Amino acid sequence: MHVHRYERLWIWLGSATMIVFFVVLAGMSVAEGINPPSHIQTIDPSKVGSTPPFDHPGLRRLPDGSYEAYYVGRIFSWSPAQLTIPRGATVTFYATSTDVVHGFAINGTDVNIEVVPGWVSSMSHTFDHPGDYLIICNQYCGAGHSSMSAHIVVQ
Amino acid sequence: MIATDSLNIKLRPAERGVVLAHLYVAFTAFGLGTLFGLLQTVARSGAFTLPSFFDYYRVLTAHGVLLAIVFTTFFICGLSTLAVYQTIPNPQRKLGVAWTAWWIMLIGTAMAAVEILAGNASVLYTFYAPMKASPYFYLGATLLVVGTWVVFLDILLNVRVWKRERGGEPIPLPAFMALATFIMWFLATIGVAIEMLYLIPWAFGWTPSIDVLLTRMYFWYFGHPLVYFWILGAYVIWYAIVPAILKVPVFSDALTRVAFVAFIVLSLPVGLHHEFSDPGISSTWKLLQTFLTLLVVVPSLMTAFALFATFEENAAAKGRKGFVGIVRSIPWNDPAMAGITLAMILFIFGGFGGIVNASYSMDAMVHNTMWIVGHFHITVGGPVALTFLAATYRLLPSLTGRRVWSESLARAQVWLWFIGMSVMSLAMHVEGLLGAPRRTADLSYGGAAAAQSWEPWTLLAAGGGTVLFLSVLAFLTNVVMTLTKGERDAGESEFAFAPSRPGDAAPQLFQRLGFWTALAVVVVIFAYAGPLIGHYSAHPFEVPGMRTW
Repeated sequence: MHVHRYERLWIWLGSATMIVFFVVLAGMSVAEGINPPSHIQTIDPSKVGSTPPFDHPGLRRLPDGSYEAYYVGRIFSWSPAQLTIPRGATVTFYATSTDVVHGFAINGTDVNIEVVPGWVSSMSHTFDHPGDYLIICNQYCGAGHSSMSAHIVVQ
Repeated sequence: MIATDSLNIKLRPAERGVVLAHLYVAFTAFGLGTLFGLLQTVARSGAFTLPSFFDYYRVLTAHGVLLAIVFTTFFICGLSTLAVYQTIPNPQRKLGVAWTAWWIMLIGTAMAAVEILAGNASVLYTFYAPMKASPYFYLGATLLVVGTWVVFLDILLNVRVWKRERGGEPIPLPAFMALATFIMWFLATIGVAIEMLYLIPWAFGWTPSIDVLLTRMYFWYFGHPLVYFWILGAYVIWYAIVPAILKVPVFSDALTRVAFVAFIVLSLPVGLHHEFSDPGISSTWKLLQTFLTLLVVVPSLMTAFALFATFEENAAAKGRKGFVGIVRSIPWNDPAMAGITLAMILFIFGGFGGIVNASYSMDAMVHNTMWIVGHFHITVGGPVALTFLAATYRLLPSLTGRRVWSESLARAQVWLWFIGMSVMSLAMHVEGLLGAPRRTADLSYGGAAAAQSWEPWTLLAAGGGTVLFLSVLAFLTNVVMTLTKGERDAGESEFAFAPSRPGDAAPQLFQRLGFWTALAVVVVIFAYAGPLIGHYSAHPFEVPGMRTW
């Protein structure tokens, strides 16, 4: 099989680039723990309202000064609808759904997770800038999908 | 030895009929689907609200299904059938299998379309459970897929005829590409077929609940190879028709086969890159499939090289050199060639965006935003759709014996598509980086500041979408006028496949598609065994499902 010299070079260069991309991604994953949200935890979707801590969605402060925020998605709202967080706080979000799949996305941040009934999704974020952050549902969930939003105020 | 004697057999009228039947369904779906696209993009910009009897999500579902599934699948089935019939001599060819396939696909499409338009299946083209659509929507979609398996059977039967007549001689390149495309497609659609085995009984109410994450995993096992199915359809035209138009041989028959074999093996084990943001799947498996996703760089770069080389060879034959010479030697006056070249340019940008999406941790910035919509419009709506539209200006004369009604309208059409798609896709990408969600009817969010920043871009996208629809009108007008008023022309087949160079044969190993199919299955097991075992060992809950629209 004849492969042109330039094509050989082109394939080697392309492959090398691909390897570099992958090594960077894998390196960040291993060395810095930068991974996509992959929390593995199940929850009975019919009992979300009576399963702590989702029975009282909202913000909790941990002894080390960081925060956890628990969110419940149901058509077509997020609970809690509003949270206030001090500037600089690191918040680990946990979200689940009682009905269909939702998407939990905080505008202006990388918090962007699929919320699947039966599962708890999680992602952390440090809020360095004050402001009113818009939380939306970014996975189509039905007729009222576009009205499914909430706010986080960082002070 | 590469057979060239059997290239470009003149099809019998009945054979042309079956190819045309696929194209007519494709163009009908294209016209309806793009009309719905226009409605959406204008509605998203806030210009008007769609009425409740024809709401945004119903229109969006119809748009996605008609264009991403029906238009592409029918076109590729027609094209692949043509590639096989035009290169594998079979004077006794029976068309029963081919027509059976077409009817099954058509009935399935009609069933799904009726349910969507009636508002019983506003679940979008990904139909994520536990949103529960009418069972007839899932049945219709299943029939469409089963029909394509019959097309695959027809291809296999023809290849068997070749093997019987010619022994070990490699099948002609166009037939090889069609066969490889359908092997990949068959392996991919097994995933969605398994998903349907869960969805259909559940939609009928025979099973009470559904494992949501499992259906998503099966869907995306199918969903990404679906993308490669589209692009391989375009590749058939790029690799084998473009050199014929330019009157040069295929750049490398051997490497074309290697690239298609690579797609059989590498297309399938990559679906998790659509589920980076899903819970319940270990990041280890997501990283593994990131690596497998990036491997597709190799056949993609081989394709790019072959195409540039073909263009360069064309320039050299016309005594031109250098980048400018190569660009100027492309026959821009030929609407087919102009459209295909513009399609290739769009693909470069589609590739850039795709690397971002596939890049594991980077996906969180763009997941479920309009960026993704911009990306797949500049891939399936760009290189794939524009290649199909442009190739139609050669296909139709070849199949109907009529000249294209208006060459100048055709030229304008491909440029309008290129401009409209560039503008709309750029606007969508930017909107997505600003956080605008995809699949959302109303972007006002109570006047939130973030939402206001999206407004100019939704308007620009609507402008691009309007230009695109003008292009659609130009295309459909030209097709209808060609079929009815086109000048009769009994000349040569215009849709000719380029010959390969003598002696340019791939090693025997690359002719053995059975081996590569088996390897693809092994790679799929390697990529998906971990996620599936992990899934079941978490003891997932099932969900009853509901209609939320």
